[in-house]
Amino acid sequence: MAAFYSFLAVLALIVIPWLGVGMGMSALFGIALPYIAIIIFMVGFTMRIVDWAKSPVPFCIPTTGGQQKSLPWIKWSPWDNPVDKKGVFMRMVLEVLCFRSLFRNTSVKLQQDGPKVGYSSEKSLWLFSLIFHYCFLLILVRHLRFFLMPIPGAVGIAEFLDSILQIGLPVMYQSDALIMVGLLFLLARRVFDGKVRYITLMQDYFPLFLLLGIVLTGVWMRYVVKVDVIAVKELTMSIVTLRPHMPTAPIDPSVYAHLTLVCALFIYFPFSKLMHMGGIFLSPTRVLPNMSRRAQWVNPWNDPAVKAHSYEAYEDDFREKMIEAGLPVDKKA
Amino acid sequence: MAKYPPPEELIKINYSTPVKSWMDTKTPFKPGNFSYPGKPDILKYLGMPNPRVWSPTDDDWQLPPDWQRLVMEKFRSLLKKYRSFKVFMDICVRCGACADKCHFFIGGGDPKNMPVLRAELLRSIYRGEFSAAAKVLGKLAGARKLEEDVIKEWFLYFYQCTECRRCSLFCPYGIDTAEITMMARELLHEVGCNINWILEPAANCNRTGNHLGIQPHAYKDMMDFLCDDIEDITGKRIRPNVNKKGCEILFITPSGDIFADPGIYTYMGYLILFEHLGLDVTWSTYASEGGNFGLFTSDKMMKKINGKMYNEAKRLGVKWILGGECGHMWRVINQYMSTMNGPADFLETPVSPITGTKFDAASGTKMLHIAEFTADLIKNKKLNLDPSRNDNFISTFHDSCNPARGMGLLEEPRYIMKNVCRQFYEMPENTIREQTFCCGGGAGLNNEEFTETRLRGGLPRGNAVKYVRDRHGVNNLACICAIDRATLPPLCDYWAPGVGVSGVHELVGNAIILDGEKKRTTDLRQNPLPGMEDEEE
Ligand code: HEM
Ligand code: SF4
Ligand code: SF4
Repeated sequence: MAAFYSFLAVLALIVIPWLGVGMGMSALFGIALPYIAIIIFMVGFTMRIVDWAKSPVPFCIPTTGGQQKSLPWIKWSPWDNPVDKKGVFMRMVLEVLCFRSLFRNTSVKLQQDGPKVGYSSEKSLWLFSLIFHYCFLLILVRHLRFFLMPIPGAVGIAEFLDSILQIGLPVMYQSDALIMVGLLFLLARRVFDGKVRYITLMQDYFPLFLLLGIVLTGVWMRYVVKVDVIAVKELTMSIVTLRPHMPTAPIDPSVYAHLTLVCALFIYFPFSKLMHMGGIFLSPTRVLPNMSRRAQWVNPWNDPAVKAHSYEAYEDDFREKMIEAGLPVDKKA
Repeated sequence: MAKYPPPEELIKINYSTPVKSWMDTKTPFKPGNFSYPGKPDILKYLGMPNPRVWSPTDDDWQLPPDWQRLVMEKFRSLLKKYRSFKVFMDICVRCGACADKCHFFIGGGDPKNMPVLRAELLRSIYRGEFSAAAKVLGKLAGARKLEEDVIKEWFLYFYQCTECRRCSLFCPYGIDTAEITMMARELLHEVGCNINWILEPAANCNRTGNHLGIQPHAYKDMMDFLCDDIEDITGKRIRPNVNKKGCEILFITPSGDIFADPGIYTYMGYLILFEHLGLDVTWSTYASEGGNFGLFTSDKMMKKINGKMYNEAKRLGVKWILGGECGHMWRVINQYMSTMNGPADFLETPVSPITGTKFDAASGTKMLHIAEFTADLIKNKKLNLDPSRNDNFISTFHDSCNPARGMGLLEEPRYIMKNVCRQFYEMPENTIREQTFCCGGGAGLNNEEFTETRLRGGLPRGNAVKYVRDRHGVNNLACICAIDRATLPPLCDYWAPGVGVSGVHELVGNAIILDGEKKRTTDLRQNPLPGMEDEEE
């Protein structure tokens, strides 16, 4: 049900602009919506981050993933159990660029006779997730071609690497195929893996369908209808230079569908789990060094009024018994 | 005695998930899956809300009339106080990487024990109350209203989490369900839903200085009793300092170890070690508890209980504090102590008086772990050891959750183990070090009535022990935690019969050759040493 609704929502996001453009609303989908989306994205994203960043971190609670820094002759895991900013930086580089924690993933197997509980390495989520994210990044970089003038060298390099296999004409980008593979795998496990299906909500299906929709409309534009790229660039450049106007040459309605889906992604982003992109950098169990035994970590709301039951009160309670047992006391009876 | 099924029954675990949404499935309370609620007089003593006599199996939980408002107000205030809470509520992608990492899920198969779903129990209310869109979409978007059944579900599942943080290690964003459990327990306190096994020790600790409520004279008696045993075994009389002013070091360890088998042998190990070194150290009855059940209650309670350590160090005028073997005690010391009750400017960075090693790792809290202290002594060859005295033990080592994932104390105890005994084998790598499995009784769940669930949660650990038992003949599971010493023996009896449990410093105590001791014929448990089976006293 949740999957079906998400699918319908994405379908609507394709059909509406397609029809709308036919009815002469191309400026709405080509100009107004992108501006609205960008503004919502930028404001929303910033507000979420600021909101998180403003909330205090009362305790230093990293999850340590290796040997602490201890005596000099004990081998320490500086990246899994960092004690300073440098170590945390490395830990985060590994997390963000390599999905280090996901790489650890295992899967439990229970054998009734024995009984035996086994843990096998389970890297498929890591692999396909990594494929998806890197392809997404690559595609994003490639898209800069539409928004920058002149086109930076890095974009050219990305395009070159992405099309190195030289398949088809126009040359096929590997990332287009791989991102589909990645997304379909992530979707498939939500549908077929019982545990994952059980925890999956509408807001988990929606971004997957949305991203699939973006990729499919993109592929359609590039390889099937072969849209007028010059005209599209005229439109996108007019948007970034803040002099929006509709290009004179006609643009295929699929472009508007693609654009609308991307706008939907931008609008949806700040209010959804996609904020993990920002959250990972603010997650206290990962970005804090294991330093609270070495130096002071300050809790801004530490309440000095909370005090231990005092020794004096304790001795008052037990003085006779302590004296009898030969224990030293501060105040004689 | 609680009744529970035999291992053959219990192992029939089914990891499949129901077709119906988790929001529409209700788990009944039945003996063995919950802990008894806090007693009214304990709640009153601690000044906690809604003291009453009740049972989770009641239909009416006698919540206060405006309980919804109380819970939501607390929810809001916790979100303001903890970035962790807010971020963890917001960014979970429900990838499920954490799902099969929890020992309670592995050993029970209840999908609500998947960490992600445990967190969703709270997240669904967060959405339902704070997000307009989710409110409209309702169940499809994982949102629901705060009803009495939700409180019941929280009570069941947030007291089925041992705050072990294994899920957090595997989560790509480090989402720590232990942290979420702490928040949920604070919410439950608002309406008076909590468990006695946590609150009574906390109340005891406040008044008597330890969880067990041992009064000072009784503590001294028990200590003397253990010294008698040491005298029987080694021929040496040890006279430990208690509450003595002007010593160099204050030693604090969990009270469980002075009281119950097998913890007492670890306690004896400490006494022997200090005697061997001639260490200028005192014990304290006012601060006679290393553990801190406040960690499982609320930040306030944790601070209050922890405060005694620095209070006592100051009063006695010591230079630094040495801490014994305990799991959650060390999470508190490493991650909370100085923040709550420090900085301890009146103390000095620990320096071993025997080796001169300065322990920079403790330069803030001024509190050193005994495993760090002893490892340094062994490395510098300051201990006179006879590891053959531990030859009756074929050992493996259980990393306690907190020193592993809340500190990273992994190598030190292993180094000691390898030097005080000659037969040591590791359990499979997915079950040790940072990936270690809980004993099933952490976070205040080590109570009798909860045994069945503990044994379920103990399956991954028990099975790993069984593996080394069958393969290498392991008969001793060493650990550095007093709760482990209480929870692992029944767990081993159940899943890996024939394996006993010891502290690391029990083995140290066996191996240390005291100056002028008599020829030992038994170990600290008064079992004959290898080759001494026929020897008379
Ligand atoms: C700093 C940048 C980012 C990092 C480190 C990151 C990391 C991750 C990780 C580790 C996962 C969990 C594995 C999985 O379920 O696939 C994930 C999931 C996901 N990420 Fe990202 N991500 C980032 C940015 C983004 C962006 C910009 C998007 C944009 C659309 C995105 C979309 C998703 C989606 C849709 C999922 C869920 C996949 C599923 O439903 O199974 N991520 N991300
Ligand atoms: S591993 Fe983390 S992000 Fe994935 S489901 Fe669990 S808590 Fe959520
Ligand atoms: S902290 Fe431990 S017990 Fe709690 S959900 Fe995570 S893995 Fe399970």
